[in-house]
Amino acid sequence: MSLTDANGAGAPAIAVRDLVKTFGEVRAVRGVNFEVPMGEVFGFLGPNGAGKTTTINMLCTLAKPTSGEAWVAGHDVVRERDDVRRNIGLVFQDPTLDGYLTAEQNLKLHAELYGVQSNLVRPRMQQVMEMVGLWDRKDSVVATFSGGMRRRLEIARGLMHSPRVLFLDEPTIGLDPQTRRSIWDYIRELKEREEITIFMTTHYMDEAEWCDRIAIMDHGEIVALDSPEALKGGVGKDRVTIQTDDNEAAIAALARQFGIEAQVSEGAVAFGVPAGEQFVPQLFAEFELPIRSVSVSRPTLDDVFMSYTGSTIRDAEEDSSKHRNRVMMQMMSGGRR
Amino acid sequence: MSTTVGQTTPGTTPPAQREVVRVSVPKRSINSELRAIKIVWLREVIRYRSDRLRMLTTLVQPLLFLFVLGSGLQSLASAGTHGVNLKTFIYPGILCIVVLFTAMFSAASIVWDREFGFLREMMVAPVRRSSIVIGKCLGGATVAGLQGVIVICLAGVVHVPYNAVMIIEVFLLQLLLAFTITAFGVMIAVRIKQMQSFMGVMQMIVTPMFFISGALFPANGLPGWLTVLNRLDPLTYAVDPMRRIVFSHLHISALAKHALNPGVTWWGWHVPTLVEVAMVAALGLAMLAVAIWEFSATD
Repeated sequence: MSLTDANGAGAPAIAVRDLVKTFGEVRAVRGVNFEVPMGEVFGFLGPNGAGKTTTINMLCTLAKPTSGEAWVAGHDVVRERDDVRRNIGLVFQDPTLDGYLTAEQNLKLHAELYGVQSNLVRPRMQQVMEMVGLWDRKDSVVATFSGGMRRRLEIARGLMHSPRVLFLDEPTIGLDPQTRRSIWDYIRELKEREEITIFMTTHYMDEAEWCDRIAIMDHGEIVALDSPEALKGGVGKDRVTIQTDDNEAAIAALARQFGIEAQVSEGAVAFGVPAGEQFVPQLFAEFELPIRSVSVSRPTLDDVFMSYTGSTIRDAEEDSSKHRNRVMMQMMSGGRR
Repeated sequence: MSTTVGQTTPGTTPPAQREVVRVSVPKRSINSELRAIKIVWLREVIRYRSDRLRMLTTLVQPLLFLFVLGSGLQSLASAGTHGVNLKTFIYPGILCIVVLFTAMFSAASIVWDREFGFLREMMVAPVRRSSIVIGKCLGGATVAGLQGVIVICLAGVVHVPYNAVMIIEVFLLQLLLAFTITAFGVMIAVRIKQMQSFMGVMQMIVTPMFFISGALFPANGLPGWLTVLNRLDPLTYAVDPMRRIVFSHLHISALAKHALNPGVTWWGWHVPTLVEVAMVAALGLAMLAVAIWEFSATD
């Protein structure tokens, strides 16, 4: 069943209904629902092991859902696998380039596998390679490329056949901040120039800010889904940090005077209040202890993540890796198959 | 058009000002499958061309057997070869094993591709898995055939005349063998996730196959157990016709021909060359089918 006509025009770029994936006893994805309209940059945010890659693999036809349905570019990911594949571009977390071939040969190979019209291969190749700034390196063997260059080339390759939806699985993982930034410049430029929907996963909070909408995923479920602004607004509190001479006394005083629950964070006292700028004058006027400095910050996606999952993304990652290690130990000791 | 595009210096035209080249991916067709087969084949050939070291390394073993073993055992063997140089006798076997080694090496690239992630790029393409396997096998066959040509060129060194008919026959048989071995290798490689394991399996299968095949000895008058193993070894049915082809162009005594090129027999029945070649071809197709089936079943 297609959502609309054969070309999928007018359908959302991605529609997912009650999608579930289990691996033995592990429920990696536990019934997720969402829709991504055409032309959006949609981000999947969550710690490693939250089920992001599993979801992306199901959308890319690389894994079969245990139950539920998903449509990409108007095509069912199980029943119309080929149609989905023709319409999507993929950039995997792990590199999938042939290091023995040149950049141009890698792209040419992709174009041939996808059956791109022969007369358009060359101009399209130039276009996507110029976009990622690699056209002048087209004759270099990929093995000589840096990690950032390879990722850029993979993005160019993913675009080679003009996909309607581009999937980027952790496109900036393992790259230095400058390269991450340039990758994002390419993604934004791409969005302006091509009629394309971008679906990406990341566990970098600062990068999620660039998305039109983000879904926060934790333990295989979507716990929040909205624009970054709306999500941060939903937290409702600004973060105020004050430096005092006696943190313990300051926390006690805050609780007594204002009924605020504060914690020590990186040597300072931090707490959340609605409308932080308005609270600061009141604090200075009424607080009984001397304050050495004060800062107010808007909620970040970290705070959003914290408010929905009860932990920071880094803590969540540590937990899941501990869990994985435990499972591994059990498997190795024969406790589990 | 292509010239103007080619002359554009990168960076001079602001990309946003140029029109976006939009392409579309057609539905699957015979044509798109053929293009896929061709590009997978071409990739193997390009990689072979750029890897000079591999050209050399896969030649080392066969040449060691030909020249070191051939020369070293010459004095011991001279009583039985009726005046024929041992290297000349071994030469047809070497024509086969160079193909065997190279083709297995080509098949191993599937394991590399998996380890380095490139296999995924091919797996998600909107083409049949069978096209990828066929392209791989044809590519491996081509590469092994090219390695075979190097050994054909050595014919003069081991006192085999450069006869055009012989060269063509040898080359065609090498191509066929290369295809069968690549299909065999791919069939195994699809199931194996790590290069070390594949190398181990190769050692376990390829070395015995080569030793038992009769590449280094005539396949008659062997002890019973070895005769059985020899007749079961598929490589036997490539080595034997290869030797028949080469020996038919040698100017040596009938006695020597009889002793050195006895031909493979089944319970006394002399197996014709055509049957042997057909067996190799049938085996290749069967293993190709299994490889395709396995490859289609993997995620």
